[in-house]
Amino acid sequence: MSETPMPLWEVFIRARTGLAHRHVGSVHAADAEMALQAARDTYTRRGEGLSIWVVPAAAITASDPADKDMLFEPTASKPYRHPTFYTVPEEVGHM
Amino acid sequence: MYTQALNQADPETVATEEPGRLARFQERIDAEERIEPNDWMPAAYRRTLIRQISQHAHSEIVGMLPEGNWITRAPSLRRKAALLAKVQDEGGHGLYLYAAAETLGVTREELVDQLLSGAAKYSSIFNYPTLTWADIGAIGWLVDGAAIMNQIPLCRTSYGPYARAMIRICKEESFHQRQGYEIMLTLCRGTPEQKAMAQDALNRWWWPALMMFGPPDSESQHTAQSMRWKIKRFTNDELRQKFVDATVPQGLYLGLTFPDPDLRFDPETGHWRFGAIDWEEFRRVLAGYGPCNRERLEARRRAHAEGAWVREAALANAAKRRQRAAYAAHRIAAE
Repeated sequence: MSETPMPLWEVFIRARTGLAHRHVGSVHAADAEMALQAARDTYTRRGEGLSIWVVPAAAITASDPADKDMLFEPTASKPYRHPTFYTVPEEVGHM
Repeated sequence: MYTQALNQADPETVATEEPGRLARFQERIDAEERIEPNDWMPAAYRRTLIRQISQHAHSEIVGMLPEGNWITRAPSLRRKAALLAKVQDEGGHGLYLYAAAETLGVTREELVDQLLSGAAKYSSIFNYPTLTWADIGAIGWLVDGAAIMNQIPLCRTSYGPYARAMIRICKEESFHQRQGYEIMLTLCRGTPEQKAMAQDALNRWWWPALMMFGPPDSESQHTAQSMRWKIKRFTNDELRQKFVDATVPQGLYLGLTFPDPDLRFDPETGHWRFGAIDWEEFRRVLAGYGPCNRERLEARRRAHAEGAWVREAALANAAKRRQRAAYAAHRIAAE
């Protein structure tokens, strides 16, 4: 048996208005419309969302975990990006 | 992220799996870090997970069959709606799990082939028949109860996509067990015939439910390494004991008896001690000689074969629409 592989789609759901769409999983489907229907059946059986995005998995470019240090480690040496780096006298109150 | 391109097993990496990398991997596991699809992992970790997650997925899919048998004969609309929703959930659980397995570099088509060819295993429990309506109650109460016991620790398993799938599944599974127990309770409060039907279902499902946790720790091939890698958090025997301790009082509340003359409460340990499990039966069913093995696989093969034209047509239609869109874009560009 060698079937044509069914394309893979990543599924993102907005749980409530005011929240961003969040990745929940993936489905296989021939086209975008069927991917939306499959995502609806698979991931929203209990009122999990108000909106669905489906994205072809092949369209996602991901960073390589091996580059983790190169990409993200430099932020560790920049505490001055955080508000707690700066001293404000107590008398000044909340800032 | 569930992108597949970065997940292909790299034979060179496997061949040069040096101790330093293995040690760093174990350190991450010991520090309770989750392993994600594109992270380096030992080839055996990947193989173990593919085997375990796909078996789990196959079990959900085959598990739809014994209960699907009763949807059209449910005794009321309430029961029918609940059973339909439950069976649909099992299908959904299978799909979450297939997707999690696919992040390890195996394709859906390969996984389905492994099930249909008989190369992959699924839970032995689904090779028993559902003879009466009470079996639907017993399955929800006992089979889903055992599954929950097994699955709750899996929410903390070391492989991220598997753990996330399990969290979703566990949230949905609780309704399954409760609806099953409610069916048993209704039968036990009904006529003597109905209560006898519930007793008969318990008699037939009790031992197979205990076998669901797998062979005893002394014989389990995979337990030690899976525990080290935190794929598993409890051994088969530990989970089985937890299940017995939780379930026996529920059965006694129903006014039913368990088909085990050796079952007794041990006040010293607080555990229910149970009799010897017939592991010969377990091996027989797993090897393909249970009451329904052939029927289950035939049903899956038939469904797959009869759906082939739908999959082909959907792909052909998508290709045609892409082609038309490209042609239209080309014409607009030319004009």
